[in-house]
Amino acid sequence: MDTVANTAEAYAPAACRDNDVILDCRVDNIYYGDFLAVRDSRVPICRNEITGFIGPSGCGKSTVLRSINRMNDLIRSFRFEGSVHYHGIDMYGPKVDPVVVRRHIGMVFQQPNPFALSIFENVAFGLRLNRFKGNMMEKVEKALRGAALWDEVKDILKRSGLSLSGGQQQRLCIARAIATEPSVLLMDEPCSALDPIATRQIEELMVRLKEKYTLVIVTHNMQQALRVADQTAFFSVDISQGGRTGHLVEMGPTRRLFDDPQETLTREYLQGEFS
Amino acid sequence: MTARQVDNELRKPSFEKNPYERRALQSYVLSTLTVGMAILACFPLFSVILMLLYRGGQRLALTVFYSLPPTAFEDGGGFGNAILGTLFMVGLAGLISIPFGILAAIFLAELGPHRKLSQAARFCAKTLTGLPSILAGVFAYASVVLVMGHYSAWAGGIALSLLMIPIVMLTAEEAIKMVPRGMKEAAYGMGCTPAQAMMKVSLPVAMPGIITGVFLAVARAAGETAPLLFTALFSDYWLEVNQPTASLAVLIYNYSGSPFANLIELAWSASLVLVLLVLVLNIASRLIGQRNK
Repeated sequence: MDTVANTAEAYAPAACRDNDVILDCRVDNIYYGDFLAVRDSRVPICRNEITGFIGPSGCGKSTVLRSINRMNDLIRSFRFEGSVHYHGIDMYGPKVDPVVVRRHIGMVFQQPNPFALSIFENVAFGLRLNRFKGNMMEKVEKALRGAALWDEVKDILKRSGLSLSGGQQQRLCIARAIATEPSVLLMDEPCSALDPIATRQIEELMVRLKEKYTLVIVTHNMQQALRVADQTAFFSVDISQGGRTGHLVEMGPTRRLFDDPQETLTREYLQGEFS
Repeated sequence: MTARQVDNELRKPSFEKNPYERRALQSYVLSTLTVGMAILACFPLFSVILMLLYRGGQRLALTVFYSLPPTAFEDGGGFGNAILGTLFMVGLAGLISIPFGILAAIFLAELGPHRKLSQAARFCAKTLTGLPSILAGVFAYASVVLVMGHYSAWAGGIALSLLMIPIVMLTAEEAIKMVPRGMKEAAYGMGCTPAQAMMKVSLPVAMPGIITGVFLAVARAAGETAPLLFTALFSDYWLEVNQPTASLAVLIYNYSGSPFANLIELAWSASLVLVLLVLVLNIASRLIGQRNK
């Protein structure tokens, strides 16, 4: 773990000075079939912080995020070269089961996607999956409180999760993800399908969640990264070699990245010269 | 009026409908034609049901449900054994085709949708749905009746299952494919194995669609005559699974051609019972299919 943290510091000196790296994601190459989607990107994720991934569409920010908990393994032609160290273990190691990885690293998706089950069963889903034997009600309430949804649904726990509004559904999905208390929560554009009020609620929730969890969010909204992220990673895409290969351009504390970007590409993107 | 005003007046378009214009007439005739054809499409079913209610209703009494068929010159009697035979053989066909069809559908929809095997299975199933049902009977005759040495309810059930499997399989595949992608992703994101994602998330959502397919297949099998002629044949006695077995469809076929009034009346009643059975199954499948929408 120490060595991982040290190398991360050497690579991104500004990031994680006082924190340790919980998840060290090094991408050498990510392919979909013959297509090189992402190259040479090293993204250290700091404990109890929010790391935001920003960049133009097609820059690979979602691909990198979904590589962390091996969601991309569901895509047949996907190939990952590199490593994702979590608790010092490479999640792409030969003996690692992607199913187990996903139980430890939670995920929230772009479209709210509750199961066609009751609100209670949605939250209990992960617990049942892990054969949790204790007080289910207590855990469900805790998760719903954690997702700032408890007061709205405490009387309708038996109703279908699909009967909630979009913003409530997304918070239900967050509750479902944190019910099993994963230490890392990945969020793939969690607000892009929501209205401004629901977005604000989710953003406030994210800031509260980082006390207990480490969050990684992909967002196409620079302002959102500025509002919630402690660290921001800017990805871009080069179309020079014919393909469209994404890569990390720059990563650092959000304020520093926005006020004083080191790379021309970052400055141009932040100033709205391309998107 | 100035010249300009006159000019404007002339150019003013008319927005009124002219019912005698050619395209208006054409539109009217074609609309009427479609309505007429739609009514005509309902006509056969309603006339069959009315006819059956009229002719079959006369003889329909509780006794026909629990009596054995009469002999040629006898009065009374019923077709309790045929109802039982139909239920047994359709039930057996369901027991074979439902697990078979659903498991195959899971493979087609989820595990290997683009594999050669899936494409081949899908093609075979689609061809089988159009298979003349008499061929299913001939197949079961060759593979079951000849091997066992006699006609039986087992052979009848197997012949019917051949007709049900492709229907169950193809409708179940469609139903599983309709499960929102996001829901499956969520299941995998929670750390489900493929089997858990299927059992806990996809199948429950797809279930109304699958049940619709099963009901349609059962309704089809219940009304089939040809496959049973070669396999279950007919019997005047109560169900014995290793012996020739009566069914409603074959009873109708046999008795409607007989010269005895009593038997012909029974054939009408049996037809009514069979049509009502199929109708109930179809309505049930529609209700279950709609519940999820």
